[in-house]
Amino acid sequence: MTATPPKNSAARRQFLFDSAKMVCGVGMLGLGLGLYAKQSKALPALALRPPGALPESDFLGACIRCGLCVRDCPYNTLELAKPEAPVATGTPYFTARNIPCEMCDDIPCVKACPTKALDHGLTDINKAKMGVAVLIDHETCLNFLGLRCDVCYRVCPVIDKAITLDMVPNQRTGRHAMFLPTVHSEHCTGCGKCEKSCVLEEAAIRVLPPKLAKGELGKHYRLGWEEQKKAGHSLIDESKMIDLPDRLPEGARLPGHYDPASGQTEAMRGMSGQEVVTIPSLPPGLGGKP
Amino acid sequence: MSQPSHKKRIGAEAIEAKGWLGAHKWLIMRRLSQLSILALFMIGPLAGIWIVKGNLNYSYTLNVLPLTDPYVALQSLMAGHVPEKLGLIGVAIAVAFYFLVGGRVYCSWVCPINMVTDAAGWLRDRLGIKGASSLSAKTRYWILGMTLVASAVTGVVLWELINPVSMLHRGLIFGLGSAWMVVLTIFLFDLFVMTRGWCGRLCPVGAFYGLLGKWSPVRISASKRSACNDCMDCFEVCPEPQVIRPALKGEGKGVGPVILAANCTNCGRCIDVCSKDVFNFGLRSNNPVPTASIGVQPGAK
Repeated sequence: MTATPPKNSAARRQFLFDSAKMVCGVGMLGLGLGLYAKQSKALPALALRPPGALPESDFLGACIRCGLCVRDCPYNTLELAKPEAPVATGTPYFTARNIPCEMCDDIPCVKACPTKALDHGLTDINKAKMGVAVLIDHETCLNFLGLRCDVCYRVCPVIDKAITLDMVPNQRTGRHAMFLPTVHSEHCTGCGKCEKSCVLEEAAIRVLPPKLAKGELGKHYRLGWEEQKKAGHSLIDESKMIDLPDRLPEGARLPGHYDPASGQTEAMRGMSGQEVVTIPSLPPGLGGKP
Repeated sequence: MSQPSHKKRIGAEAIEAKGWLGAHKWLIMRRLSQLSILALFMIGPLAGIWIVKGNLNYSYTLNVLPLTDPYVALQSLMAGHVPEKLGLIGVAIAVAFYFLVGGRVYCSWVCPINMVTDAAGWLRDRLGIKGASSLSAKTRYWILGMTLVASAVTGVVLWELINPVSMLHRGLIFGLGSAWMVVLTIFLFDLFVMTRGWCGRLCPVGAFYGLLGKWSPVRISASKRSACNDCMDCFEVCPEPQVIRPALKGEGKGVGPVILAANCTNCGRCIDVCSKDVFNFGLRSNNPVPTASIGVQPGAK
């Protein structure tokens, strides 16, 4: 009877020792893999996911790396990441500058996906959000140089909505206009045709992840003109509004504008002299009459 | 390097008794299975004949048959994601199939890494490389558990970040890239560092499929074990040698002749290399337990 307890305890000790060894070894492997997994969530900015792709952190859990989307893409846009690519191995992505998304009406890549990695609820390709085009370089864009390149605007599948040409005076020549390609993010699908067809050596317009491309207003911000449109009237009592002075170049006159220095205030605006005095004018020494 | 010329090659007796073809029957069938599965996947991208699309993680055959790797689907589930309908049907079919024929049939009849590690094992035997470090065959279960827990923690299908099986298979179909280095590492690891190191000790995919087919009805049986002449060739050739002993040597201990261990890959190499035809494929249920120490005569099948 005395022989069994030591034997049992030796076996137990061996078991505990072996288990501890395994937990340590495999735990280290797990830690390494976990850190690698965290790294892999950082998708490089120029690698775009197929239409309907979940946000990156969800995508890597839902995608089973089968490549069906790659196979059913009729334009060979998509590819599966090779181990050396900076994208999680085996996941689909595309590079707009190589082959952009052609925005098929039937979205075959989404239909082929056996998981929810590509959202099957996406049935209108115009609602896709693969990224947002950004005219990132104002110094080399030909339209910014005053030319009429317009290529990104012309190739845009959502032309006049996602990209418009906004006319501004060309201050360099002083007599011409510039037509600046302007992206409207609510319509841009991130297909990348603009980036693909930019005629420069390096594209001046690029599709970026919305997270990189977009700012975000404070949650409490209200745009007065929109609120006014929504409500049908101004949200504040306009009769109590105080008009701050317009600052005009010396000597210039703008009828109808309040300019305490011009001497035409009361008559033009029908304000009482008392009120005028309470409105602060330019600080002494800054503009105004000497 | 000393040539093991004095040593009898594995299966030499079987070749003498049954001829080369007879002693390699299952091996040839297995290679045909592995290569034709690979060919079915590759003929699409190479020749434009689309019979199978996808890879071993999920494939769609002739636009009717979906097949999903249940281990990948399970990791995805742990990460909080359920597949779409076709993906789920694929899981069900794959689980049912491997549950019936034996989970590790995946390893020996389908997995492309098997050819790599078999080649390493073969070369190891030819070169007589011995005395390598070892690791418990249970390590793979720990790794399997870790991948499932860590998939849940990170929200990423974790093992797919480094899985050499899918890297090789996907690589052959979609472009290899640097995946060949991973495959070469596995080959060298099995050749120099650890006998049957990858498939037999580390790979969580095999561990998963082993558990999946733990109660599978299709099994190898040492039904003529009384004819065994202890040449040890089956132990030498078996990728999971520990599974043979209970069945082959269990007659005196009241153990039936069917190999019940989950890690038997149903590769059939033991059938090939046995000159006495001790082994054959059979059903789990056909497992007569020997009475007393004499045991029943194994019935001819």
